[in-house]
Parts: sequence; structure tokens; C-alpha cells
Amino acid sequence: MKIGTPKEILDGENRVAMTPDSAVQLQKLGYDCAIETGAGAAAGFSDAVYEAAGVEIVKTAAALWKGVDIVAKVRQPTETELKRLTKGKTLISFFNPAGNEDGMELAKSKGANVIAMEMVPRISRAQKMDALSSMANIAGYRAVIEAGNNFGRFFTGQVTAAGKVPPAKVLIVGAGVAGLAAIGTSTSLGAITYAFDVRPEVAEQVESMGAEFVYLDFEEQQQDGAATGGYASVQSEEFRNAQLAKFRELAPEMDIVITTALIPNREAPELWTKDMVESMKPGSVIVDLAAEKGGNCKLTVADEKIVTDNGVTIIGYTDFPSRMAAQSSSLYATNIRHMMADLTPEKDGQINHDMEDDVIRGSTVTFEGEITFPPPPPKVQAIAAQKKPEVKELTPEEKKAQEIAAFKAQTKQQFTLLGVGGALMLLVGLVAPASFMQHFIVFVLAVFVGFQVIWGVAHSLHTPLMAITNAISSIIIVGALMQIGSGSFLVILLAALSVFMAGINIFGGFLVTRRMLAMFQKS
Amino acid sequence: MIGFTTAAYVVAAVLFILSLGGLSNQESAKRAVWYGIVGMALAVFATLVGPGSGLWLLSLLLIAGGGLIGSYVAKRVQMTEMPQLVAAMHSLVGLAAVFVGFNAHFEIGNVAQVMAIADAANQADLSDLGAFAKLIAKKTAAELTILHVELFLGIFIGAITFTGSVVAYGKLAGKVTSAATKLPGGHALNAAAAGLSLICLIWYTASGGLFPLILMTLAALFIGYHLIMGIGGADMPVVVSMLNSYSGWAAAAIGFSLGNDLLIVVGALVGSSGAILSYIMCKAMNRHFVSVILGGFGGTSGPQMEVEGEQVAIDADGVAAALNDADSVIIIPGYGMAVAQAQQSVSELVRKLRAKGKEVRFAIHPVAGRLPGHMNVLLAEAKVPYDIVLEMDEINDDFPETDVAIVIGSNDIVNPAAQEDPNSPIAGMPVLECWKAKQVFVSKRGQGTGYSGIENPLFFKENTRMFYGDAKQSLDKLLPMID
Repeated sequence: MKIGTPKEILDGENRVAMTPDSAVQLQKLGYDCAIETGAGAAAGFSDAVYEAAGVEIVKTAAALWKGVDIVAKVRQPTETELKRLTKGKTLISFFNPAGNEDGMELAKSKGANVIAMEMVPRISRAQKMDALSSMANIAGYRAVIEAGNNFGRFFTGQVTAAGKVPPAKVLIVGAGVAGLAAIGTSTSLGAITYAFDVRPEVAEQVESMGAEFVYLDFEEQQQDGAATGGYASVQSEEFRNAQLAKFRELAPEMDIVITTALIPNREAPELWTKDMVESMKPGSVIVDLAAEKGGNCKLTVADEKIVTDNGVTIIGYTDFPSRMAAQSSSLYATNIRHMMADLTPEKDGQINHDMEDDVIRGSTVTFEGEITFPPPPPKVQAIAAQKKPEVKELTPEEKKAQEIAAFKAQTKQQFTLLGVGGALMLLVGLVAPASFMQHFIVFVLAVFVGFQVIWGVAHSLHTPLMAITNAISSIIIVGALMQIGSGSFLVILLAALSVFMAGINIFGGFLVTRRMLAMFQKS
Repeated sequence: MIGFTTAAYVVAAVLFILSLGGLSNQESAKRAVWYGIVGMALAVFATLVGPGSGLWLLSLLLIAGGGLIGSYVAKRVQMTEMPQLVAAMHSLVGLAAVFVGFNAHFEIGNVAQVMAIADAANQADLSDLGAFAKLIAKKTAAELTILHVELFLGIFIGAITFTGSVVAYGKLAGKVTSAATKLPGGHALNAAAAGLSLICLIWYTASGGLFPLILMTLAALFIGYHLIMGIGGADMPVVVSMLNSYSGWAAAAIGFSLGNDLLIVVGALVGSSGAILSYIMCKAMNRHFVSVILGGFGGTSGPQMEVEGEQVAIDADGVAAALNDADSVIIIPGYGMAVAQAQQSVSELVRKLRAKGKEVRFAIHPVAGRLPGHMNVLLAEAKVPYDIVLEMDEINDDFPETDVAIVIGSNDIVNPAAQEDPNSPIAGMPVLECWKAKQVFVSKRGQGTGYSGIENPLFFKENTRMFYGDAKQSLDKLLPMID
């Protein structure tokens, strides 16, 4: 089969989905490679280099789309491009399936199979084809470089003969792949780097990259990133307020702010408000990597660099990977090549589109005239998540029957107990004098209350329970105190001893309980 | 003043109930202790100012003295010694109940004397006797009999609690052998002593003499001693909570004889709480309460399964390597951890593993340790966050997905024989299924059997490695190797 890459149509897109290196690898898988003339020029790969790597150069895009079985490209295909698809052809590209209904319909009607690179599931096995991560990595790096380019000072602090230079302070919001790459770049340039993320578990990743994690004074248990496939999720209002308050506090100090906060399939959350921008020093730089989705800063203009009235530069470029086309092309082409390797288990140049495979199934959006988006959740969890206790599913009837049976058994048990208990009480009442019965009723009620109360005690608190009941049982002191006033010496002596021992018990018991309880703490 | 005292008693009783109920979770528990303290203070104060008390200065001095000792002990005690301490304090309550019971008896005697004299003079003067005496003086013959029974019971239960707690203390502190030992004659001796007590009861109610009371006390002291001596160390959690219950019932019985409702209410609260705790413990061990109390394990109906294979030892390097590779770890602490005082090292290990992003959790068997909830307290002392400390039911299903299970000083609670060998003495007891983890490390002192003396097939399993040595030293050796 033949795999081909057309020239990217979108203005300013410099990347190319096939490099001479990846072409060599693809040929090893048994494929013939083709490329539209000049497709790699913007990324620094001339036709001659492709030819040397055994790639056929095709004159026009139309001819290329017609002549190949598999099309690999970078940007979401245009309508014209999609119309060139025919039945049996496979397209591998960024596709934005969630926001590209028309494109999917068109591809479906053409009967082509489309693999969307952004849909590659985030599982370990698929990391080699995770184009989002490799592009984010570049974006993070480039964001720091762009910021440095627009920042009038050094990153490192220096003490020179010509004066002292303070180090730049960089805040990175969102420690995903792009954020971590930006942290790495920023710290290696020598800036003092702070980073923030809503997922507290990435704090150690941040710290491992040499940045300081910005903690919030906030108690709410954050949702484990593992539950959402490693992506951030939407935050509560209180959390957002705590977060903004922290940013507001940091804003005047920061020289460079790089925001990378994106929530899948949502508009970017506003994290850097207008008043924060206004409180920043002139000459500061904001790089908003979320510009495409509306920006983490609302002043951001997508694809443009603006300077605010107080001299803060806001960079809203959306094409960071494209600005490093040689690097990003080679990474993207490698991702594509790995995808092809998974599609060609036999290495015979024939696609085996295995819809049972988690990765292939997950990234396929149309297959043989069907739209297969959104995919079912992958069988392998992205990150080992906390296992929830399995609850056996019972049918409603079974559940009901079970409940009724349990209720009946309970009723029966309670009736028996009440019956026997009542009969015993009556028997006692028949023989015992009234003064005794008075106390007896108190006793029975107390036992009953005791039973009711103790069932609710948490298992882990059984030791404190023992200690506190032990302390309470020294209520016997009351009896001894009543007797200590007696006339007989022996009685006084014994009562005094009892008071003394109960005293030990009261203080010892309560203090020990307090000591134990003070130790229980949440993580 | 009587009205005030009664009102104070009602408030105190409510506070005690709130105090126990507040233990339903960790946060409200901190408040609950204060309810208890205030309730107790109120009860003591009300009694001191109430009718019938005298020598209040002496009383206050004694309480202060006892309080000093109590506070000192409570501050000094190690968390691992908590079971001993609780047992020791139970013995004090038991002894106090015995004394108060005897006092009641003496008072009856005094009252009778005064009444006899008064009968002759046709005018009773009870002014130099206490309020309790006045109460007695009003009683009819039937009521007096009931009073006899009540104080008899109070002394009986108190005496059993006293010696039982002393023996339990000795066993837990390692001062008495922890194995189940019985005098020749076994339960027949207990039964004989109980029978003797019953005879004494009849004798005492008939005669009201001191001798049957003393005889019964001796018999009860013996029962307490012999009963607890006959119970093996592994059953100690049940014993301690049972003695806790007894001390409550003793207080309630004394309350009856003194006609004091507060004593009755609180005694009943403590008694029922101890009873429920014992019940929960027994259920967790799949043992019948009676068979625990009667000591030793229930009879087995055939030879135990032979354990095949050998125990494979491993050194700290091997354990460290496995831990560094593991993603999920479950730690199962037992009494051995408490003995070795290893909880701090365990906590440090957990901190290190968690810092590396590994999932570390604790699995706590309901009867791990020598006291209900023993492990929770130790781990809390070592600052292990309580939300990663899980109960058996919460975590047992997770073992198959776990990379490494570490057993630190527990034995019976991880014994697969409970499920696999119907003839095992612990057959049917719910256990932590740690052998289902991919790898199991057992930190253990040596090759011997555990507290219960049962061979543990877990140690012979293929995925089990024995990490011999004192738990604390082993872990300290392990810690620097975790990177």
C-alpha cells in the first residue's frame, strides 16, 4: 500500500507529517511513500532529501490524494481535502472530532477510515503515538523562548561589574506536558520558576523539574487526576476563588507568566484576570498557550502579540509547534510512524485496522461508513486509579426480595426479643418490690441506650472507646463518696481506698483517651 | 439539695451518653471526651455537695492524689502499652466495686444494730449514720433481701473483674505466660467455684452474715484468675472488652444496692458497650463468645492439613527492589509491629513510598493487636493519615491487583488455613487474603508459630518471602534502600 503526505494548506502551518527519516521507517513496514512537492520545504526538508530517502514526489495535491491508500497529514483536513477521500482510503491526521461533525459526516459518506491523532488514548502503550503530548512538549519549550524573546532582561540573576541583575520570576499555570516542558526550559535558563496545578499530585513532578509548587490554602479534596485520564477537570467555585486569590498575590512579583490550563472539550478557564495583568510590572510577559480555546487570560488575542496599556506583553500565538517546524515535524512524523506500525502488525505493507485494539479503536473516528466517535472507554485505565469496591449488581426484583426477607427476619428477631424481654420484665415486676422496679426500669433503659449508641462507634475508635468507657466506669466513685461519711472506721477506710483508685482511673482514662484521639489525622 | 443532686445526675448521664455516641467519627470524638470529662466532674461535684457525703476534704485529697498518679501514668505510657494500661485500670474499678459492696454490707450491719437498740428504746436515732444508712433503715424485709442479692452480685462481678484484669494485664505486659494454662481440673474448677458462690448467695440472703460474703469473694477472685489464665493471648482483645463490660455491670449492681440511678445508668452503658465490643470481636474471629470465654480453641474434628514446602528467606535488598518496582502496596500490621515499636519506621516507609507516587494502604484486621482498634491507634501515633488505613472488608478484594503485600508481625489474621483447611482451629475465621497479592513479604522474628500456635501456610507459599528479624530493625535497614 502507498502512504502519502500532502502539503499543509493552512496558512502559516510549517509542519509536515512525513520526514525523510520516518519515510525510511515506513518503507521498512512495507509501505511505498509519496509526498507532494514542497510539502517539507517550510520544515526544512527539501524534495531532494525525500527523493534520496526513496519517497516519490507527486506534483499536485489532487494527484497525491488520488494515488495513495493512506494519507498522513497534520492539520484538520478541509472540506476540499475530505472530498478527495474514497472508500477504503485511510486518513491519519489531527481531526478535532468533538468539534467537527461535518468533517466526520463527510468522511463517513465517502466511506473512508479516519484516525484522529488527538484521540490516541493516554495509556502507557500508546505514548509513542501521543501527538498531543509531543506537540505540547514543543509548545511549552517554545512558550518560554517566545517569552524570553519579548522580555527585556536576563533569566538568570547575575552580579556583574556593570551592576546586579535580579533573576526573572516565572509562573507556570498548569503542569501538564506543556507546563512541565516550560518549567524545565525556564529553570534551565536560570529563572526562579513557580508552578501551579489544580491536581495536587503533580506537585512532586513540578518539584522534580526544579520549580516551586504553589500550594493553595484550600481544604477541599481534589478529584484524583487518575479518574479523568490524567487531565484536569472542572473546579468548584470556592477552589477557583482560592486559586485566583493566590494568583492575585503573586501577580505583581512575576516577570513572566505562562498559562497552559486546558480542560478537554471546554473553553479555557479564565485564570489570569484583567486586574492581575494590570498589577504586573511593565515589561512583563504573558504567554497564553490556551489562546486557541479562548485563552486563560481574557485579554489574549489569538494568534497575536499585544501590549497592554501598562506595558505588559501578551502573546496569544496558537502555532508554537509550527514555529519549530523541523522539530515538531520529526516528532509528529514519528508518532504517525508508530501508529502505522501498530496498524501493520505483519509488517507487510497492508493495513490491519483492528477495531478490538484499545489504541486503534480509541483513535478511529470513522470506520467503513460508520462514525465511531466517541470511543468506548479504554479497557486499560490511563493511570492506575483507586479501585472502587465492586458492588454486585442485583436486579431490582432480587434486591426487593432480599430487602423484604431481611426486613422480615429483622422484624421476627425484634418481636422475639421484645416478647422475651417483656415477659421477663413482667415476671420480675410480679415478685420485686416497687422501689426495685423503679431502678430496674432505669437500668433496662440505660442498657438499651448503650446498645443503640455503641453500634455507631467507628471501628478504628474501638481503643479510645475502651479507654473512655474505662474512665466512665470509675463512676463507682460516686458510691464510695456516699459511703465515706459513714461512722465506721472500716467503711471509711475501704471507701477512701475506692475513691483513691477511682481517682486514678478517672484522670488516667480520660487523659489517655485524649492523647489517642489527638493523634488521629487525615492526610 | 437532693433535687440539685438528682438534676446533676441526669445531666451527667446525658453527657456520658453523648460522650459514647460521639465516638462515631474521629472529629466528633475529640469533643466527646470533653462531654465525658464534664459529666464525671459534675457527678463527683454533685455527690460531694449532695446529701450523705462527709469528709469531703479527705475525698478531694484522695481524688487529687489518685488524679496525680493517673495523669502521670497516662502521660508516660507508650502507645504500644495501651492494652496493659486499660486492663490495669479495669482491675481498679473491679476492686473499688468490691470495697463499695463490702461497705454496703457493713452499713446494713450497722443499721441493724442501731435499729435493734432503737427498737428497745422504741426510737431510732440514725443521725450519726450516713444517707445510705437512712435509706436502708426504711427498707422492708423483701427489699433488704433484694439489697443483699444486689450487693452480692456487685462484689461477685467486681472480684472477677479485679483478678481477671490483673491476669490480663500480666499476660499483655508479658509478665505472665501468654499461653492458655489451666490448673488440673480445668473448667470443673470454675464450675465448682461458681457453684460455691451460688450456695453462698443463698446462705447470705438467709443469714446476712459476713462469712458467706468473704467465701464468695474468694471464689470469685479465683474464677477471675483461672478464667483469664485459661484464655490464650490471641483472644485478648475479646477478654479486655469483656472485662470492660464486667466493670460496667459491677458498677450497675452497686448502683442498685446503693439506690443510685447514675451508677445504674453509667454502669449499664459501660456494660452494654463492652458486651457489644466483645460481640464484634468474636464475630471478626468467627468464634463463639462462649468458647472464647471458656478458653482455648474449640475442639477440632480431624488432623490439620500438613503444610508442605519451605519458607524462603529474603534480605532487605530484595524487599527494597520489589518495593521500588511496585505501584501498589498494602501493609498488614499486627501485634509484632507493636512489640517491636516499629510504627514510626513503618510510617517513614509509607511516607517515602507515597512520595514516589505509589499507592500505599493499610489493611487492618478487626482483631489485629491485643485490643480492639489497637493498630489504628499505633498508626495514628506514628502520624499515618487515617484515610489510607482501611478495614478488612474495605480492602480484601483489592489484594489480587496489589503488587506487594507486607505483613509486619501478624500471623493468624493472614492465615490462609482459615479458608483452606476445614480442620484448622481457626477455620472459617475471616482473614486478610494477602496471599492473593503478586508478592508477599512477611516480616517476622523467626520461624516459630504465632501467638495461637498454629502453623501458617502463608509462609510456605510460592509468592511469599520471609523477611526475618526484628520488625523495627528490618525496616530501618530497608528505609535507605528505597529511593
